Amino acid sequence: MINHTIASIQEGFSRGSFSPQEILDDYRKRIGEVNKNLNAFLTLLDPPSDIGNWKMETGNSESPLWGIPAAIKDNILIEGTRTTAGSNILKNYISSYDATVIKKLRQAGATFLGKTNMDDAAMGNTTESSAFGPTKNPLDDKMIPGGSSGGSAAAVAANLAVFALGSDTGGSVRQPAAMCGIVGLKPTYGRVSRHGLIAMASSFDQIGPLTKTARDAATVLNVLCGHDIFDSTTVQKEVVDFTANLEKPIKGLRVGVPKEFFRAGLSAEVEEKIRATVKKLEGLGCIIKEISLPNFEYALATYYILVPSEVSANLSRFDGIRYGHSVKSDSLLETYIQSRSEGFGPEPKRRIMLGAYALSAGYYDAYYLKAQKVRALIKKDFDDAFERVDVIVGPTTPSTAFKIGEKIDDPLALYLEDIYTVPLNLAGLPGISIPCGNGAKSNMPVGFQIIANSFDEQTLLRVAHQLEQNLK
Amino acid sequence: MLTDAEVEKIAALARLTLKDDEKERLKKDMSSILDYVETLNKVDTSGVEPLYQTTGLVNATRTDEPRNEFPMSEKLNELLIGQAPQTKDRFIKVPSILKK
Repeated sequence: MINHTIASIQEGFSRGSFSPQEILDDYRKRIGEVNKNLNAFLTLLDPPSDIGNWKMETGNSESPLWGIPAAIKDNILIEGTRTTAGSNILKNYISSYDATVIKKLRQAGATFLGKTNMDDAAMGNTTESSAFGPTKNPLDDKMIPGGSSGGSAAAVAANLAVFALGSDTGGSVRQPAAMCGIVGLKPTYGRVSRHGLIAMASSFDQIGPLTKTARDAATVLNVLCGHDIFDSTTVQKEVVDFTANLEKPIKGLRVGVPKEFFRAGLSAEVEEKIRATVKKLEGLGCIIKEISLPNFEYALATYYILVPSEVSANLSRFDGIRYGHSVKSDSLLETYIQSRSEGFGPEPKRRIMLGAYALSAGYYDAYYLKAQKVRALIKKDFDDAFERVDVIVGPTTPSTAFKIGEKIDDPLALYLEDIYTVPLNLAGLPGISIPCGNGAKSNMPVGFQIIANSFDEQTLLRVAHQLEQNLK
Repeated sequence: MLTDAEVEKIAALARLTLKDDEKERLKKDMSSILDYVETLNKVDTSGVEPLYQTTGLVNATRTDEPRNEFPMSEKLNELLIGQAPQTKDRFIKVPSILKK
């Protein structure tokens, strides 16, 4: 079975072992065989018409992803093709332009296999809320693959794509990566343009790669990042080569382990793997320090006020008038109400309602404003911690993948799965999840989360790569 | 626990209409989530400025010059306007909001 990375395909191209067409055909064939069961892809895309003419050559510096087949989460626009965001409300929507990240991947020479399944409008962490049925975990098809980028994670883990793009609002890249035993990177807020991403919560959303290795994540991030005039939150920062420092040893690096991470709810098998991985870092010469993030316990509550608030505002654009699901009615107001009520699934409705409540007259100060203040305190905790340490580490999720349907009726229990991932989105920080072995009880993968200071993805990826070499 | 009237008021604000079983479900779910977020009241935020976004960017401006990244064509018009449920020529048609 093929088990390629970007690096191994590039090596194969340069040795002349196979051509871009052969690689693409291999992946398409495999998708044809297993996607029916996994439901990782919602839409398959045609190969570039001239792929047969892509002559054997090594990808040059202008095309670092030349001939590499990618899967794209179905909330990122590819011109002229369907983008559903996993939702009935966009079931038939045809993208009117390429997202900036798609333009960048095209320029870098990547090819697109298809669009991947996701939770309804990116809300959820199991991919069960997709209007098009759940995605299954390729390691055990009774289990969830995580979410919301569950299709992207399953595609990479099952060798249906070399890498994939996801979006991460509260863990939606890192958590499915952890559940499927692959690497998921959420860049710093402001690194990567969201132009052409269906907006969920605009002060949180960030696009990131799902890959087999930290090196591949660095290669893709090199292509994705940079200022974009179409997304005014992207920063004008010099873009460094994220692969440059990967081999630099991490001896002497200061690693913080927050004592608050080891709390009730963290499963014993996950804790065991996380502590063992911290020992590995110590073995590599890192200086391990116990630190404190005093407001960590308030992060999830803060997140579940702010995100629904932003969701309720962002999703007001789905009105049945301009595009998307529409119910014909005599009045404008009834068109809005009927189109939205039919088009949105239960989870988007729940969040729109929560957000509308938190923002409504008389409640704004008590909920929204209060949460934005606590958000400042959470950010300050991290700022203080990064005075003392270079990276912070811990679990990506409290438990390994659970059974499809197991927690579907308890939204609060599902929200608790995000407890380790949401603080980074609140503070805008970059984070990566790498597999650190299987849980002793479940035999499913455990994700190890590494967190760095804003715009320090270089250190983040270096630690991930060094650790990866020692976890093999 | 939220009341029926509260849930209906929020639904109206959010431009949603709820079936009876949806309403019951939301009453229960929203109440348990709102109970959970009550925990924030334990945090002393006096003197803390709210953090609305994390980049520190203020007033991202650009020069006011014409650009042409998206030249209008029939194809683009079809993708942008053609997906509306009701159109006329190059325009989106909406139900009237003023009574005759």
